Amino acid sequence: MSALHIQVNGEAREIPSPATVEDLLHRLGLDPRTVVVELNRQIVRRPRLAETPLAEGDAIELVHFVGGG
Amino acid sequence: MTATAQAPVSMDSPLEIGGRSFRSRLLVGTGKYKSNELMLRALEASGAEVVTVAVRRVDLDRRKEEGMLYHLDPTRFFLLANTAGCYSAEEAVRYARLAREAGFNDFVKLEVIGDRETLLPDVEGLLVATRTLVAEGFKVMAYTNEDLVTALRLEDAGCVAVMPLASPIGSGLGLLNPYHIRTIKRRLQVPVIVDAGVGTASDACLTMEQGVDGILMNTALAEATDPVAMAAAMRHAVEAGRLAYLAGRMPRREVAVPSSPVRGMLASE
Repeated sequence: MSALHIQVNGEAREIPSPATVEDLLHRLGLDPRTVVVELNRQIVRRPRLAETPLAEGDAIELVHFVGGG
Repeated sequence: MTATAQAPVSMDSPLEIGGRSFRSRLLVGTGKYKSNELMLRALEASGAEVVTVAVRRVDLDRRKEEGMLYHLDPTRFFLLANTAGCYSAEEAVRYARLAREAGFNDFVKLEVIGDRETLLPDVEGLLVATRTLVAEGFKVMAYTNEDLVTALRLEDAGCVAVMPLASPIGSGLGLLNPYHIRTIKRRLQVPVIVDAGVGTASDACLTMEQGVDGILMNTALAEATDPVAMAAAMRHAVEAGRLAYLAGRMPRREVAVPSSPVRGMLASE
């Protein structure tokens, strides 16, 4: 099984191919309801997480709300 | 909430922003508290309904500690996401879109910062970002300086509220320019919420006495020795200042006017 080399929040990560964005969230132990996902600067809406495949070199940003003023 | 605490508010109309109605005119941030437990107690004591949050990367190693939604009940508080830390219109728009995708509401507290030392706003970037976000259906509450012309342009660009500063973010210097704040309030139709710079209860009261619709604060609570007590003080100060404004203050005079009758005094020798 080959691996995809991707960037997650600026860190290099590997994930077995094929994989979707939802697979990545599960591997990271993240509940899709608590994060917002950006794939190569485009937001991936929650209903599409499971149908959005990851590709070699993808840049993913996973954000959420933190304390702020 | 006690009956005495409730009574003054009932003499006022609700705060309406972008079609939403709020009882409290005190909006609070959630940053910089020593613990989430302390933050929640301070929010409770403040009586605030609108609380601000920031959008940041998930910490992939220790996420359980960080996510605000693990602590804040989004059905209890109105979550107002900010674009704090953004130094360009493009960056602020990106953060606003991410915030909206979290799925709570279309409101954003728009910040486009122009200077790292003072955190003063980049008003040009602010206007560009406002126009983009308004066109995308956002309800924009824009953090700006106390400049009337910028405030008017932000209103014209479609902001649902304009948020001039009392003094720089986190400075605690209080209301530096009451005249400009008063002028902005007098000239705008949309709500004016003073954002940033309030340090203690008297600052909040004085700010509300200018007639503005509300105050947003964070550091004044989070950095108080006792944030819960300061939150209660701020709640009373905002209500007191609001009521004093609605009541209409007496005129200022350069000479004394006796409060007791001058007639009916006993005959003197």
